[in-house]
Amino acid sequence: MMKHPDETIDQGRRDWFGLAAAATAAVAAPGVILHLASANTAPEAQPASSAVRWGLLIDTNKCTSGCRDCVDACDRENGLDLQTKPPTEAPTAWADQKAVWVRKVKLADGLTGRVTNLPLMCQHCEHPPCVDVCPTGASFKRADGIVMVDRHICIGCRYCMMACPYQARSFIHQPMHDQLTRVPRGKGCVESCNLCVSRRDHGLPSTACADACTAAGKGAIVFGDLKDPASPISLALKAMPSRQLREDLALNTGVRYKGV
Amino acid sequence: MKRIVYREWHIPPARYWGILGILVSVMALGGLAALYLEHEGHWVTGMNNFVVWGVPHVFAVFLIVAASGAINVASIATVFGKGAYLPLGRLSGLLAVTLLIGGLLILVLDLGRPDRLLVALTHYNLRSIFAWNIYFYTGFVALVIAYLWSMADRMGARFKHTLGVLAFGWRLALTTATGSIFGFLVARQAFDTAFLAPMFVIMSLAYGLAIFILVLMFTFHQEERVLGDQLLRRLKNLLGVFVAAVLYFTLVYYLTKAYGAKNYDLVGWLLFGGGGYSILLWIGWILIGTLVPLAMFWHPRTRRDRRFIAVACALVILGGLAALYVILIGSQVYPLQIFPGQTILDSGFADGIKVADSTYHPSLPELLLGLGGVAVALFLTAVGVRVLQFLPDSLADAELPADTEEPSAGKVSYVDDLATG
Ligand code: SF4
Ligand code: SF4
Repeated sequence: MMKHPDETIDQGRRDWFGLAAAATAAVAAPGVILHLASANTAPEAQPASSAVRWGLLIDTNKCTSGCRDCVDACDRENGLDLQTKPPTEAPTAWADQKAVWVRKVKLADGLTGRVTNLPLMCQHCEHPPCVDVCPTGASFKRADGIVMVDRHICIGCRYCMMACPYQARSFIHQPMHDQLTRVPRGKGCVESCNLCVSRRDHGLPSTACADACTAAGKGAIVFGDLKDPASPISLALKAMPSRQLREDLALNTGVRYKGV
Repeated sequence: MKRIVYREWHIPPARYWGILGILVSVMALGGLAALYLEHEGHWVTGMNNFVVWGVPHVFAVFLIVAASGAINVASIATVFGKGAYLPLGRLSGLLAVTLLIGGLLILVLDLGRPDRLLVALTHYNLRSIFAWNIYFYTGFVALVIAYLWSMADRMGARFKHTLGVLAFGWRLALTTATGSIFGFLVARQAFDTAFLAPMFVIMSLAYGLAIFILVLMFTFHQEERVLGDQLLRRLKNLLGVFVAAVLYFTLVYYLTKAYGAKNYDLVGWLLFGGGGYSILLWIGWILIGTLVPLAMFWHPRTRRDRRFIAVACALVILGGLAALYVILIGSQVYPLQIFPGQTILDSGFADGIKVADSTYHPSLPELLLGLGGVAVALFLTAVGVRVLQFLPDSLADAELPADTEEPSAGKVSYVDDLATG
């Protein structure tokens, strides 16, 4: 039998990320020698594990119109607020071209008129169309279920954006002048929500959007391990009906919604 | 046994350099556009996070599809034993290669990171139809060059039939795979159908042949070589059949889409409510690109007039660009159905809000890049026919080989070999 190709690749990449993280830390912080010495057990040195599957549960009943705390938190966490509009570009064009990882959507049911608010981001599909179509394998799924783009081999063909059923991906249309070390970003590549992957790799508990939602007192976003039956997200999923967006496509998304 | 004589294209140097000069200027503009894109980023184009493929892709897909159609002329001779097409084989092969190169160049130069071409060539995701296409395209170029060699060299002659059959099979696979780039996109309503693959094959036959006829008429006319009426009539009639077939496929495509209730909105939008896209569909694709040329091909007043035939071919090409614009861009502009049965009131990202018609405005650099690719294809063709013997000396009807009943390597009755000046 062949080894599952995805997993071998992911392992390698994950190691690489670990290494890169360690190397960056070594350059950045002086007290790091200690840190490196314990690198074997540090979370960032561990490969992504298929024993977990990260996901989100969004309770649309708790999400309110006009609130965009999750969006702002995501922008800050992932350096999206550092994007600058090219000076001569029209604001309307910029709105369609700047990178957006999570967006708020407000819906009205066609029959009943019931209004629903929700945040929409990459759904971290188990069978991600964006990964299937990517010619170079830059769009990949980690063992822990996170779908993301390897910025070193993305050629910017945008085929993954054509393939994503949720329009969750963004292309960097403009030159970047400023960015965060944990979220490198360059003109000409594609990116999308990666469930705050650097937090995952440092063993932190949650995502920026979930934290912000909780801080705002709404608690509409729960982050956690879908494979752990005792995790809050699994318990909540068990207790109440939820669904996947576009479940007809059978992508088995890692992001679930209540109340749509 | 009669020998077909081929000769380089010897039009007066001033005219030849004039033609090359024009093509090089267009290429240079395309190159500048590519540099500009590369330097500034794609914000200078009309493309955005909704419409991710724009005008460059319309040109690129058109050229790639036409390339696989252009080789068809050679296939008709080699695979289907139509002798009259035999002398056309070399030009057919040349156009297939040059059109493909032009199209691929556009695709590559439009990448967000064209500098990473090497990455694309060394990292393959075998589940991606896009990655498969890289094989299909490079393989096609190699195969057609071998096929050209077999047509031109005595040593190669015995492989000609095999190579011809291979090239024929390969081009079917190539166009099918190109159509599948779109057909496999389950996310997008207007794509998501295997029907796009055969539809692209039919389109390729029409657009490739239209370009072929125009190039043939132009090169022959410029040098006053004889192009027989009968041959031209055959080519033109064949093109008419292909254009009609595209129309049939178009009808079936929209009818099958309209069959499912979930697609009523989409079809209604594309056909009637899509503003510029609907106009382009009806006026560009159906009227100017299909019905008018068909009428010109068959109306007793126009069907023998070479000027009308040439104009009709040009209209087929314009119609093809319009068709691909509607298929590629219209289908992206139509909002994704993420929440069926719900109306989107507000979104941080124009989902589903039907101001669709205004989400994409093609920009000048995109257009120049596309035209640059066309110029590259024509430039390579012009150089090819000038320095090598691609064009038959004469296509007078009386001199055309007869059809062979059963085409096979052993029975080819005409030696199609290299003539010396
Ligand atoms: S939501 Fe889109 S970007 Fe995210 S994994 Fe699925 S297909 Fe890929
Ligand atoms: S844009 Fe990048 S990640 Fe997306 S399909 Fe192309 S190479 Fe893959």
